[in-house]
Amino acid sequence: MHLLSIDWWFLLEKLVLIMVIISLSLVIAMYTTYAERKVAAWLQDRRGPNRAGPWGILQPLADGGKLFFKEEIIPLVSSKFLFILGPSLAMITALLTSAVIPWGTSIHLFGREMPLQIADVNIGILYIFGVVSLGVYGIMIGGWASNNKFSLLAAIRAASQMISYELAMGLALIAVLMLAGSLQMSVIVQNQIDHGWHVIYQPLGFVIFFICALAECNRTPFDLAEAENELNFGYHQEYSSMKLGFYLFAEYINMFISSAVMATLFFGGYDIPFVNEASWGISPNLLALIGFAVLMAKIFFFLFVFIWIRWTIPRFRYDQLMNLGWKGLIPLSLANMVLTAVVMLILKKLN
Amino acid sequence: MGITQILFWFLSALALFSAVMVIASRNPVYSVLWLIVVFFAISGHYLLLNAQFLAIVNIIVYAGAIMVLFLFVIMLMNLHKSSEPKRNKWLNIAGVLAGGCLLLVLVAALKSAETKSSMAVMGTGDIGLIENLGKALFTDYVIPFEISSVLFLSAMVGAVVLGKKESSFRSEKESA
Repeated sequence: MHLLSIDWWFLLEKLVLIMVIISLSLVIAMYTTYAERKVAAWLQDRRGPNRAGPWGILQPLADGGKLFFKEEIIPLVSSKFLFILGPSLAMITALLTSAVIPWGTSIHLFGREMPLQIADVNIGILYIFGVVSLGVYGIMIGGWASNNKFSLLAAIRAASQMISYELAMGLALIAVLMLAGSLQMSVIVQNQIDHGWHVIYQPLGFVIFFICALAECNRTPFDLAEAENELNFGYHQEYSSMKLGFYLFAEYINMFISSAVMATLFFGGYDIPFVNEASWGISPNLLALIGFAVLMAKIFFFLFVFIWIRWTIPRFRYDQLMNLGWKGLIPLSLANMVLTAVVMLILKKLN
Repeated sequence: MGITQILFWFLSALALFSAVMVIASRNPVYSVLWLIVVFFAISGHYLLLNAQFLAIVNIIVYAGAIMVLFLFVIMLMNLHKSSEPKRNKWLNIAGVLAGGCLLLVLVAALKSAETKSSMAVMGTGDIGLIENLGKALFTDYVIPFEISSVLFLSAMVGAVVLGKKESSFRSEKESA
């Protein structure tokens, strides 16, 4: 089936994969809100949501339904187009990153090999960077279009925080790139399957990356853009209904995706630890599904750590945040990068 | 018409339309947003030329960093229609004349150029891939590359010096 010299089966296959991954991200983000409340309740010795359905399992649906039926208010003086564009951009940029993450090995169906990755591009990591750097716009445009001083202040705080922590994040990743020798995500995972997980070689790099991921997701202790006691409600002060829901929801999708990126770059992706799964001799489809389940388990672990940190550590002060970013993390990640390069060169000379 | 050509014409039209909208928008925030669309269209062109690295770096540096700073400044200045200065009539005429002269020079320069007859080859060549580009930069063009990095360093030092000066001036004023 070739029309306009496009392989239409290929297009269909990718379309199905995109739909599955996006709905999966949305469902997981939905249940992360439930997990957040349950874990918070557990840490604070409470019961948490337990009314909607057994163990409160339908609570996210009830929350979503409530947000859809709330009255939608658009401030009279704000720019209406930009006011709507803000939350839409936040949502789109949160979902875009999932395109380059390898979710498992290939699945064989109808005589075709289907890799569980939407786009195995040559510049995988740089693509993630590009999307992360665009993530600022959703918050900035929304905060400005609200025409509210608190919103604008919160938006500027969020933007300067994201720009500061992107640098340390990039420098921490360069060390990983040197180990893997490629920007392609599938090659990075394969390198870890062959030589062991990157977190063993790059513990410092992982810690820096994790701290920066917390800051990029605007999670506690870096949630200064939503500091209630200083800014009322933050950049989404004027938002109501599902537009507010989009902002809150985008945060959980960002958490899910950054957990997936961490699992892929530092914890072996879909690699099953301690065993050589290729020698089992089971069908590749089953193996791909097991790999996917293992990746999910790693992601859920990181999500739990995100929530755990939120309910344990208080918020930074703004100058502490900037000091940590510029005077702490950036020199540390630079040192990590140089050290990795030197050690790699010495090992190469010795061999 | 193949899919590459359809994409080429679509991206070209998008880039030109957004570029016109950048200067036609009354609100500077809209101008910045249209400029971001221009960068995306140009990155699309790079992708068609198989220069993936250039495409993504264009987005990271221009759309992701420089335009954020532009937006920062414009939002903090809080430009409104009411705060727009009244333009002089003669200034407008001078602007039109200068723009017309520039157009004349450009047309005259491009009229006899050889490039107008040869079209860029789409989707071939792999010099834009990161591996080949890196090798070329660090072997054939290593001296220009290093010199430009020194240039960036001097710009950075200059920015730090400018920033320092003001803060020491302020502390002197406070202590006085």
